Amino acid sequence: MKPIPLIFEKSRPGRIGCNLPKADTPEVDVQAILGETRDAVAWPEIGELDMLRHFTNLSHRNYGIEIGFYPLGSCTMKYNPKINERTAGLTGFTHTHPMQPEETIGGFLEVYASCMDILKEITGFDDITMQPVAGAHGELACLMLIKAYHESRGEGAQRRVVLVPDSAHGTNPASAARCGYVVKTIPTAEDGNTDLEALAKELGPDTAAFMVTNPSTLALFETNITKVCQMVHEAGGQVFCDGANMNAMVGTTRPGDHGFDCMHLNLHKTFSTPHGGGGPGCGAIGLKSHLAPYMPGPVITRNDAGQAVLDHDRPHCIGRVSGFFGQSLMAVRALTYFLAYGREGMSSISRYSVLNANYVKARLKDVLPAAHDRPCMHECVLTAKQYKEYGVRALDLSKALIDYGFHPPTNYFPLIVPEAFMIEPTETEAKETLDAFCDALIEICELAKTDPDALHAAPTKAIVGRLDEAAAVKNLDVRYQPA
Amino acid sequence: MTYVPHTDADVREMLATIGVNSIDELFADIPEDLRLKGELRIPSRLDEHQLMRHMAGLAAQNLDLSQVTCFLGAGIYDRYIPASVGAVISRGEFLTAYTPYQPEVSQGYLQTIYEFQSMIAELYGCDLANASMYDGPTSLAEAALMACSLKRKDIVVMSEGIHPHARQVMETYAWSNEVEVRTLPLKDGQTDLSQMPEGAVLLIQNPNFYGVIEDLAAARAAADSQGAMLVVSADPTACGLLKAPGHYGADVVVGEGQPLGIPMGLGGPMLGLFACKQEYVRSIPGRIVGRTHDAQGRPGFTMTLRTREQDIRREKATSNICTNEALMALASTVYMSAVGKNGIRSVATSTVQNTQYAIKVLTEAGGKLKFPNARVFGEFVLTLPKPAAEVRDALLSHGILAGLPLGPYLAGGENDLLVAVTEIRTQEEIDDFARALREVLNG
Repeated sequence: MKPIPLIFEKSRPGRIGCNLPKADTPEVDVQAILGETRDAVAWPEIGELDMLRHFTNLSHRNYGIEIGFYPLGSCTMKYNPKINERTAGLTGFTHTHPMQPEETIGGFLEVYASCMDILKEITGFDDITMQPVAGAHGELACLMLIKAYHESRGEGAQRRVVLVPDSAHGTNPASAARCGYVVKTIPTAEDGNTDLEALAKELGPDTAAFMVTNPSTLALFETNITKVCQMVHEAGGQVFCDGANMNAMVGTTRPGDHGFDCMHLNLHKTFSTPHGGGGPGCGAIGLKSHLAPYMPGPVITRNDAGQAVLDHDRPHCIGRVSGFFGQSLMAVRALTYFLAYGREGMSSISRYSVLNANYVKARLKDVLPAAHDRPCMHECVLTAKQYKEYGVRALDLSKALIDYGFHPPTNYFPLIVPEAFMIEPTETEAKETLDAFCDALIEICELAKTDPDALHAAPTKAIVGRLDEAAAVKNLDVRYQPA
Repeated sequence: MTYVPHTDADVREMLATIGVNSIDELFADIPEDLRLKGELRIPSRLDEHQLMRHMAGLAAQNLDLSQVTCFLGAGIYDRYIPASVGAVISRGEFLTAYTPYQPEVSQGYLQTIYEFQSMIAELYGCDLANASMYDGPTSLAEAALMACSLKRKDIVVMSEGIHPHARQVMETYAWSNEVEVRTLPLKDGQTDLSQMPEGAVLLIQNPNFYGVIEDLAAARAAADSQGAMLVVSADPTACGLLKAPGHYGADVVVGEGQPLGIPMGLGGPMLGLFACKQEYVRSIPGRIVGRTHDAQGRPGFTMTLRTREQDIRREKATSNICTNEALMALASTVYMSAVGKNGIRSVATSTVQNTQYAIKVLTEAGGKLKFPNARVFGEFVLTLPKPAAEVRDALLSHGILAGLPLGPYLAGGENDLLVAVTEIRTQEEIDDFARALREVLNG
C-alpha cells in the first residue's frame, strides 16, 4: 500500500473544509485595530469530503481495541463502553464553562462528588481529588502533598529522598525529580517482593516517601505490603501507591487498607475512559485524612445537606496543579462506568481480569514461562530469554504477532526481567480471543527455533516494516516544510 | 457482569487449564485480612436506559451554554466546532488506541500527530512543536522549569497579565521545585516591562487575561536585558491575525488549544500547546513524532528523541509527562484542516469585528472601557456602575451569560466585567446584550 500524502500536499488554493459562521456586524479595519498583523497561516486548504477521507484512511492504518486484542501490559486496554461516549456528549456537559457561576454547575459537581464517593469506597481512602489530569500528573500531585505535609511538620528541608523500586514505571522517578526530590532505587527480592533489608538500609531521616506499585509491575501482589508501610512510617516517611494496577484490586482489596498514605488512579485504565491514542488521561488521587488539608484546589465536597459544592475554605491548599477542575468529561464517562457495574458487579473487574491473565500464563507456560512462579494478578510477566540462543528477542516475537492481527504486548518492562513479555488481557476479552492469541504465540515461538530470520523480518503484513529510529533522530524531521 | 463476556462453561475450562478450583484461589497472595468482606457500599447497577436517564438528569442540572448567549471567555472560548471533528475523533481506531509505541500498527495516528506538530509550529511561528501537553497552564509551567534548567537559574519572571489560574499552577510547580517567582505588574492593561528583574525566563500572555495585546517586541528586549528566555502563552485564534510570537523571537510558545475544536466541557479535557526554537529540541517535555523509513525505504512515522522521556531516562527525563492529550490534538488537527488557511483568518476577523461592535454598543449602554487606550483582540474589560457579579447574575435571567466578574482577580475590580465575543455571536445577540445591560443598569 502506498503512503498517504500529508494533508498539506493535498492542499489547493481556495478550498475550505467547513461552512464557517461569519460575523454579520459591521466590517472594521482589522489592521488599524490590532496594529501589527501577520501573513496567512499556511494551514492546508482542502474540501470537507477530501479532508474526511484523509483522516478516515489514516484511521484504517491504526490499531485500536475495537479492531482487536490489545494485550499491552501495564496499560489496561479494556473495552471503552459506547454509552460513556453518549453520556459525555450531552450538551449539558459539553457546553459548560469552567468559570461560569458555581450555582449553575450543580450537575457537574454532583458528577464529581459521586465519582469521589465511589472511588473512596473502592480504594479505602478518606478523600479523593480529581484535579490531576493524567497518571503521572497524579503521582506528581501526591508527591507535592507529601512535600507540603513534611514542610508542615518542619521536616521539609530534611526529607529530600524519594525511594523507588527498580521495577517501577519510569514516571515514578521522573515525577519525584519533577517535584524536586533526589531519587534512590530499592531492589526487588528473589520472590518478587520488595527487598526489605535493602529498604531498611535506605530508610532514614532523609526519607520523604517510598513509591510502591501494588500489585507490582511484576504483576505480583506485594505480600509484605503492611510491613513495608509500617517500616516507612516508622522512619517518618510516607507511602505512595502507584495505582496503574488497580484493575487487579477493584472490589477485592483496598489499597487504603494496606497502609498507604496516598495513591493515584488512572481512570483511563481501570475505569474505562478511552486512551485516545495516548490521552487524555484522568488521574484521580486518593488520600488519607492527614494529607487532605493540602489537596490541590478547587476542592469539591458535600455540604451537610449532602449537596455537592466547592469548598473555598482551604488555608493549607498547595494551589492548583491544572487549569480548572480536572478532566470533567472523563469524570462523566467514569461515573457512567461505575454505575453500569454498580455494587453487584464491581468485583467482576478484578476477578475476571485476574482469571484471564492466569489463563494466558497457563496456556503459554511451555513456550514463555513466567518470570516468577506465583499466581499473577491482572497481567502476567513472562520471559522470552530462551529464544536468545536462536538470536530471537522478545521484540521479534511481538512484531510477529502483528502479522497475526494482534497488538503486541509490552516488552522489556519491567526492566529487571530479562526479555520481558508483559501481557495484560483485561476482563473484557472472551476465552476464544485469548485462545487465538495463545495459539498464534505458540506457533511464533516454534518458528523462533526453526526460522528465526522470518521473525527478524516481521512484521511483513503491516503498512511499514520496523522503522529506522536512529535515522529518525539523526535526520530529525518533525515538521512539514513546503518544497 | 456488564462488560465481561465469560460463560460458566468458559470459567470452568479456564480454571481447569490453570489448575485451580476457583477464581478465589488466584487471589491467594493477598493476605486474608486485606481482602474485602462483603459488597462495596456504592449505588446499585443501572441498565443502559436507566443510565442514560440518570446522566441526562445530572446534565440538566447544569446551565447548558448552548441554550443561552455566552460572552464568557477568560481563556476558554465558545467557538464553532465543525461537525467533522467529532466524526473523526469518535472513530474507534483513534479513540481506543494506546500511545503509538508500535509504529507499524500506528501509522495513522503518528501521521496525524506529525501534521498537528506542523500546523502548531506554523501557527506559533516556531521551528517545531511537540505532540501536546495537558493544558495551557501546565504547558506554561513546564516551559518555565525547562528555562530554569537551561539557564541554571531558579527564578521565573511572570507577568500579572497571565491567566490567574495559570499563575497559580506556575506558583505550585515553582514551590515544589524551589523556584522563585517574581511578578511584573500591569500598566494600563499591558505588562509593565520597564523594570525587568533578573531571572531565567520572562513569561507573558498574548492577548493577556484582560484581552489586551501585549508588546512582544518589548518583551523580547526586556528578556534579553537579563539574558532570560522569553516564553509566550498565546491564544491560538488570535494567532490567525496577530504576528506570531515566534516571529518576535520567543524561545518557547505555549497555549491552551481548546479554541481549536474542543468543547468547553467544564475545562477538561483541554489541550496544552508547546512549540519552540530548534535549539531546545532535546530539552523539551513531551512526545515528538518524526518521519523516517523502514528497511525497504518505505517512509513512515515514529516517536523520536525518546531519550528525553521518563520510560527511558527515569529521574533524568526532561519531564514526568507520559500520557498527553493525543485525542484533543487530533480534534484540533481536524479543526485546523477544516478551517484551513482562510478559515482561521475568517474566524479571527469575525472575532475582532464582533468585539468592536460589542465595545461600541455596550459602552453606549452604560459600561466604560477599563483600558481605553489598549488594543484588544476578542475580549475586553468593561467597568460598570454596579458590582459586576450582580449584573452578571441579573443578565442570566435574560438568557445572557455576560462574562467574568473580575472582583476576585483584580484589586478594586468589583465593578469590572471581562467580556469575550467570539465569531459565533450575531449582531442581534450583541444588541440584546446591550439592551438588557441598559435595563439592568437603570433598573
